[in-house]
Amino acid sequence: MRTLSSVAAVGAGLLIWVAGGPSFTSAPSGAAGGTVSGKVKFVGKAPANPEIDMSEEAKCAAKYKTKPHEEIVTVNANGTLANVLVYVKSGLPADAKYPTPTTPVVIDQQGCMYHPRVFGIMVNQPLQIKNSDPLLHNIKAMAKKNRPFNISQPAAGMTTNRTFSAVEVMLPFECNVHGWMHAFAAVLPHPFFSTTGTDGSFTITGLPPGTYTIEAWHEKYGTQDATVTVAAGPKTQDFTFTAK
Amino acid sequence: MRAGEKTAVIKAAVGKTPVSRSASLVAVLTAAFLTAGVPDRLTAQDTTAGKVVYGKWCAGCHGDQGDGKGSAANYMLPRPRDFTGAIYKIRTTASGQLPTDADLMRVIDEGLPGSAMPAWKARLSESERRNVTAYLKTFSAFFKDTSQHIVPMKFSSEPSGGAQAIQIGRQFYDSIHCRKCHGDQGRGDGPSAYDLKDDPGQPIFAADLHQAWRFRGGMSTTEIYRRLQTGLDGTPMPSFADLIDKKFLTDEQLWHLAQYVRSLSPEKPPEVRDVIHARQVAGALPQSPDDSTWNRVDSYYFPLVGQVVRKSRWFEPAVGAIWVQALHNDKAVVLRLTWDDHTQSPDSSWRKFTKRVLETMAGDDTGTVAPESWPDQVAVQFPTKVPQGTERPYFLMGSNSDPAYQWRWTSAPRRAVTGLAHGIERFDTLSHGDAGPGQVTAQATFDHGQWRVVLTRALATADSANELQFAISRAIPIAFFAWDGSNAERDSRMAVSTWYFLALDQPTPPGTFVSPVIAMAVTLGLGMLVVARAQRRKNGSAA
Repeated sequence: MRTLSSVAAVGAGLLIWVAGGPSFTSAPSGAAGGTVSGKVKFVGKAPANPEIDMSEEAKCAAKYKTKPHEEIVTVNANGTLANVLVYVKSGLPADAKYPTPTTPVVIDQQGCMYHPRVFGIMVNQPLQIKNSDPLLHNIKAMAKKNRPFNISQPAAGMTTNRTFSAVEVMLPFECNVHGWMHAFAAVLPHPFFSTTGTDGSFTITGLPPGTYTIEAWHEKYGTQDATVTVAAGPKTQDFTFTAK
Repeated sequence: MRAGEKTAVIKAAVGKTPVSRSASLVAVLTAAFLTAGVPDRLTAQDTTAGKVVYGKWCAGCHGDQGDGKGSAANYMLPRPRDFTGAIYKIRTTASGQLPTDADLMRVIDEGLPGSAMPAWKARLSESERRNVTAYLKTFSAFFKDTSQHIVPMKFSSEPSGGAQAIQIGRQFYDSIHCRKCHGDQGRGDGPSAYDLKDDPGQPIFAADLHQAWRFRGGMSTTEIYRRLQTGLDGTPMPSFADLIDKKFLTDEQLWHLAQYVRSLSPEKPPEVRDVIHARQVAGALPQSPDDSTWNRVDSYYFPLVGQVVRKSRWFEPAVGAIWVQALHNDKAVVLRLTWDDHTQSPDSSWRKFTKRVLETMAGDDTGTVAPESWPDQVAVQFPTKVPQGTERPYFLMGSNSDPAYQWRWTSAPRRAVTGLAHGIERFDTLSHGDAGPGQVTAQATFDHGQWRVVLTRALATADSANELQFAISRAIPIAFFAWDGSNAERDSRMAVSTWYFLALDQPTPPGTFVSPVIAMAVTLGLGMLVVARAQRRKNGSAA
């Protein structure tokens, strides 16, 4: 049922977009506003990630030249930290509304790993769950503020769309068939979020002028907050996580 | 002993034991209910009245705040439901949806088999059950959220079954990879089973599909089909409903999968019979666990419960039941013990599970125990002598003054020993020289989540002071203990039974078998004669 309604929502969204419906005549407020960007640095010795025993899943194991490891702490060559979600925690006008994107965020199960592992998604934006592996994954969304669910995808090419109706930071996903598979989503009421990748940088654009609390979240090292005042134009804010 | 005496002994033997304790609790609760004088005209869905019922009957496990942290909660695995999250296993709604009121009521009414949640239908009035349902919904804001869909799924009715349907079901068991958790033969021994956790991160077993009477949502094919559709929220068991939407399988094929799963368990829950009858055979006794002779030997089911009398107590043993078969000849007695176990312990891949179990069950009783690679074990217990009256050693491994005689088998090292138990803490092995008559020989096999262990001993031994001398046609007390090493079970952390009886039957005189056959033949012959005469008469009158 939920799948159907999400599909319907996507369809309706497309119609409105094609027709240039009223809800999409204005771009997200302050699209031309300020930009906050920076790097998430990592200091200290990165802990070793646990090795994954994929011996039960030859088709996944075959995708790795060396033994795969969990991606709990991924430190880049330039000394930055990947998979950190940076988002505006507070400071936006309470009554501000941001259009819900109809383009789904895709989470792919490939090589018995989640891609991406950490991501942001807006409230009611479709999440497309995709299985690229020719084997069973179950996808368990362990939501607390949203309704949790646990569905199965036993074959390659299966997709399922789901939406989340409430703000939730973070919402964990796991696969019970493969106990090492974990992913984390921030379900947010606005589009001001960014996740660090292989260069450890993030960019949040279109912020209206104002003072915000920006939070950086990492699954092992927790959160760091920074207060940033944004005017028109770019603003730099770096974060630093330290090995424990 | 005459037959009447034997029955009396057996009845007296089923005294105060862990198994009967739950029954007596039921009796006490029922009595309390009957004397309470329940008003029967409460407003439906009355949360104030529901709170009273909740405080009295539910809070002990589920907690005053509904968070599943009642005083008894730490002794349970799975833990009592935390109502604040409104995540429920047994529903008729899609995965992620709230349950209907009827779903909640049903769990209260019927309980959750295989868990600590009892059925309340006989103990609380309908209005009390209604009110408490309304009250437990107040613990979660989700039930106040009017945007929540609570729509029962549309379930079809069961198509016809049979061998072909079951075969199709088995194909889908393979193609949707049920074996990953439930194992190739369905005993919860799949390759992912060691790593399963429920939502609060506590260890959870994949269901043993051969014990449908322990399924939380009920053992019927319809209920199994519904669990496949809805999943069991809060556990690793997902919903497979999307597969129908995606045309991966049809609704009918999902039914066939349910029919296959159902076919793995007996039609009815097994019944406990107090006396194991060991038939006498003329030739050699079967020594191999898979000797085809065992297929023709009656099997007796005995439930096991946690050892909760002595510290450290163990409330959630992994072995819930043991099946026993027995035979004897003029020289020896043989027992085949069969029980389901998710792992062949010690198994290093299950160490993480063992650790989680110990962390979850740690408390005043268990203390802090480091996980080790413990073996699986089983013990068969007898008195040292066949008793004349109802006297037997204390069921929990005897005592210092009155020890129990035991056979103990371990998976590693793979061997059986005999000895005297002086309570749980002390076990003295008896030595028999090289294969003396007191020796118990053992053969065992572990097969897809099941142990089958055959233990044999001579009827008579030299050490009649310590070792039971088996006698024909006597009610010999017998009890069982089991340990699953991967479930952190060792020493007092074990599953126990109460005393039952083993009877070595006398050889049946050949006439006993022949005379019923003759009687049947005669009856059949006479019957046919009558029919034939009637037919002839009818034909005659028609002509």
